[in-house]
Amino acid sequence: MVVQRFIMCAANSVTKARILNQCRKQMTNRLIHTSRWMFAERLYTNKHEWVEVDGETGTIGISQYAQEALGDVVYAQLPDVDTVLKQKDECGALESVKAASEVYSPISGKVIEKNLNIEETPSLINSSCYDKGWLFKVKLSNKEELSGLMTEEQYNDFVKTQEH
Amino acid sequence: MESICTADLQNFPNNSSVLTVFTNDQGGVLDDLIITKISQDHLYVVSNAAMKKQDQAHLLKALENHKKNSPSSNIKVKFFEPQERGLVALQGPKAAEVLQKLTDVDLTKLYFMTSAEATVCGAGACRITRCGYTGEDGFEISMPAIKAVDISRELIRNGDVKLAGLGARDSLRLEAGMCLYGSDLTAETTPVEAALTWLIAKRRREARDFPGAEVILKQIKEGPQKKRVGLVADSGPPARHGSAVVDDNGNVIGSVTSGCPSPSLNKNIAMAYVPSAYSKNGSKLSLKIREKLYSAVVTKMPFVPSNYYTKPK
Repeated sequence: MVVQRFIMCAANSVTKARILNQCRKQMTNRLIHTSRWMFAERLYTNKHEWVEVDGETGTIGISQYAQEALGDVVYAQLPDVDTVLKQKDECGALESVKAASEVYSPISGKVIEKNLNIEETPSLINSSCYDKGWLFKVKLSNKEELSGLMTEEQYNDFVKTQEH
Repeated sequence: MESICTADLQNFPNNSSVLTVFTNDQGGVLDDLIITKISQDHLYVVSNAAMKKQDQAHLLKALENHKKNSPSSNIKVKFFEPQERGLVALQGPKAAEVLQKLTDVDLTKLYFMTSAEATVCGAGACRITRCGYTGEDGFEISMPAIKAVDISRELIRNGDVKLAGLGARDSLRLEAGMCLYGSDLTAETTPVEAALTWLIAKRRREARDFPGAEVILKQIKEGPQKKRVGLVADSGPPARHGSAVVDDNGNVIGSVTSGCPSPSLNKNIAMAYVPSAYSKNGSKLSLKIREKLYSAVVTKMPFVPSNYYTKPK
């Protein structure tokens, strides 16, 4: 998911340092918390996708911030079942009235289900981006990738750096 | 002005506005713009903001040429900066009702593509032109910049008035089949190819005295090689600028210049340039979007019927 690409490019150089700092902070917190993805916590990418892991299965969607930035979604193109994805692969697209945005897979794995409801009713992405508006599910092939993603708290901070 | 555009300004009534194009020697479009003839010796021009620099240079060059040929000419060009004049568009079926409460001009007598000097919200030195970029009834109000915020605030105090972003305006102008300069019109396209032959005034065709006249008149006579058409697709993702147009045999024959979902039609609409042989309404073509083909039909524009306040005939 690329939100306002040109703004992001400009912001990237500024935000990187901050994200690193946040990661360091998070590391200290982790000593107190137990493994963070045991509780099916949503993890985020800097391209505004989220993934929620349950056992071997990851459910993928786009964030509230992305949904708002896109505006009314009118068409969702999702990866077909059995597609093998690598992390960061472009695997679909969401079309809003204003523009088309690519969807990138936050993690590697094989697609086991796509949300047929949003192919039918793309506006579910706007009305329920974390629940009914999920995009597709994958069987994870590399769980280690999860540690490179942002927690909700980190992501919320990251989003603040995207707003001008 | 006529030396650089295709309109018949000489025979044009005062306080009337016309859409026209600046053309180059190859017949390509350098910009599209609205010219209002305020009086025999006063034209008011609204061109594209994105083309400000090019248009200014183009006008100054035309003036220089004119003065070379007629040294006694006292024609002047004045460019208004945003700090001097503001332009606010009020568009939609209720626009007249809203604006009438705030101006001294009788809007029932101000028809589509006519213009009047006005007082708006108590501010003098405004000019209301009944035109717009939405396909709907509406007005463009030119005003002293210092009054622009006050007038805009006053307009949106009416509950029927909402601010609209560029995205909304783009959907409307596409539904209305209007060109966006830089996408649907460029220096590489002629008015004939762009299905804007009606912009070449009759007198000007006879006089053959506008830049690119030779190319353009030949195309009018013989028909252009390619043409701007409207496309409607019932399903699939909306085509965007750059999407390929494909024929039955899978050959790429053209390219989409604008496209979006039409909120009024609940279908996807687009404009594209295709070879004239494919430009007939009802022709079935395909659009290639992210390597997949989706069928589309060549459709007459405007996609959504226009709603203008035209003078009764």
